Amino acid sequence: MAAIELRGLTKVYPGGVKALDSLDLVIPDGEFFALLGPSGCGKTTLLRTLAGLETATGGSVVIGERDVTGIQPGARDVAMVFQDYALFPHMNVTDNIAYPLRIKKVGKAERQRKAAEVGARLGLDQLMDRRPGQLSGGQQQRVALARVMATQAQAFLFDEPLSNLDARLRLEARTFLKKLQRELGVTTVFVTHDQAEALAMADRMAIMEAGHIRQIGTPAEVFQRPANTFVAAFIGSTPMNLLDAAVRGDTLEVAGCKVPVPVSAEGLLTEGERLVYGVRPEYTTYSAEPAEGSLGGRVSIVENLGASHLVTLEVNDVAVQAVVPEGDEPAVGDEGFAAPRRDRALVYRDGELVSA
Amino acid sequence: MTRFVAGRIGFYTLIAVLLAFFTIPLLWLATAPFTSDPTYEVRMPDFTSENFQMIIDHPYALWSLVNSLVLAVGTAVLVVVLSALAAYALSRVRLPGRDALLYALLLLSSIITGTAAMVPLFQLAIELGLIDSQTGLILILSGGLLPAAIFMIKDFMDSTPKSYEESARVFGASPLQIVRHVVVPLVRPGLATIAVWTIANVWGNFLMPFLLLSDVEKQPAAVIMYTLYTEGGQANLKVLSTFGLLYSVPVVLMYLFVSKKYGFRFHGGIKR
Repeated sequence: MAAIELRGLTKVYPGGVKALDSLDLVIPDGEFFALLGPSGCGKTTLLRTLAGLETATGGSVVIGERDVTGIQPGARDVAMVFQDYALFPHMNVTDNIAYPLRIKKVGKAERQRKAAEVGARLGLDQLMDRRPGQLSGGQQQRVALARVMATQAQAFLFDEPLSNLDARLRLEARTFLKKLQRELGVTTVFVTHDQAEALAMADRMAIMEAGHIRQIGTPAEVFQRPANTFVAAFIGSTPMNLLDAAVRGDTLEVAGCKVPVPVSAEGLLTEGERLVYGVRPEYTTYSAEPAEGSLGGRVSIVENLGASHLVTLEVNDVAVQAVVPEGDEPAVGDEGFAAPRRDRALVYRDGELVSA
Repeated sequence: MTRFVAGRIGFYTLIAVLLAFFTIPLLWLATAPFTSDPTYEVRMPDFTSENFQMIIDHPYALWSLVNSLVLAVGTAVLVVVLSALAAYALSRVRLPGRDALLYALLLLSSIITGTAAMVPLFQLAIELGLIDSQTGLILILSGGLLPAAIFMIKDFMDSTPKSYEESARVFGASPLQIVRHVVVPLVRPGLATIAVWTIANVWGNFLMPFLLLSDVEKQPAAVIMYTLYTEGGQANLKVLSTFGLLYSVPVVLMYLFVSKKYGFRFHGGIKR
């Protein structure tokens, strides 16, 4: 068990591509930490630099108070699960799980005992003699996890752990992974491009863009108070409404309507200033009747989300979305009003959150 | 209709003639050793063991098969080990001009064991004290076969996913352990192919041992076969056919064995 600390970590690929730009990050002992971002943001490079598969151009990586920046991957005491699981196709499940122990020169009997123990814990006891090719995706993932557990490393690194599973299995695996990490209590860093996955599993997460960390926080913080418009647009299964706004006294003019200044930005705005007003569709109340501080328009699209509907209103040619509970959904063409919750709405100045 | 039938008959006749062209020598090889007085005809054998007795009594014949085996296996081991290591490195390390190097080696390798380099090779072997030595011959034969072997095996290496090796690396495996535990088992069909190809090549090589080995006791079968004449200078068909059969059986058996165990997967520069 160990904390992970990055200090000014920089990675420049040959050819001058800056994949990581002076990152600072502290992941406390035992935390389940997500690296989230779109493709090419540097999250996988960061994970591989932690593992030692890429060498840092600058800065340092500290794992459990030990500076491992220049140390070979095998000597860092971390274990990694690859996106394709990288199970050795010519070895059976037992040999795969026992492979890290074989490298550490543990005796054969002890290796097999240990592999059987870890395998049984993950429900693999009936499959120990099979080859990876004879296992389903979910079983392969559990073998990869068992192999990592057998190392008893100080930290685990997961590269897109769920992306090779089909959609149904992914939800099960999500719950399973979170439970397993909690039980083992090993510091775990995982990479994902799926914000729902990160929100669901992580204790804390870092959202990355173009080699920079744009926000670090718990899923709740990141969801409720995105630090900038990039995170605001990236997090959430329905995209946040980000609307141009201008300050008019103690109200904001948004899409030709007047809405109250959000609680978080009270007293921090200057008259006439141009800003971006952000509110999640989930924090926007829809009604058919006009209300104080709401955005009125015509319903253009209604999307079914299961237990609720996502309603898109055309407010003076600006699209505003609101989530409406089932049963209350309007028809296309109806007149409707979307009232943002004042305690949940946010204001961004030059892309950064305005808050005290 | 008649034209169609005539066409078919013509087609099958052609096929039969072509097949006979290849089958008759093989039939001869299968029957002549068991015939008391073989000629160039294929005849019903009278199942004599006299010819085999002559081979056994021959001072060099059986030993020459052992020599062939030593040369072939020695070269195969050297070629497989060295080509596997070299191909792995060439497949994983980015070197400027790597592909050019490979193609240049491939081109030059046909010269090494070719007639053009005979004199310098002979000189080199004398200078190094490797003349009339099976070790020297194995080294020279390996040198000639290695580039093509590296070229073939590199293709297998290229198609194995890198994540296997990275995974082993994170667990602490050294590069040699990665090759032994992960890469070699994955490219085993390729290595089997290289081994068989090398053995078949050395087994049939006449010129190199003929030039570099002077001691008749060290000569392989391909060279000894050349000496099987009667006192009159005529080819001795009794011994020649029997020896020819003994000479070809090991190679055929090896092909069958390896093909059953690994299956051949020749796909030179073509990506799967």
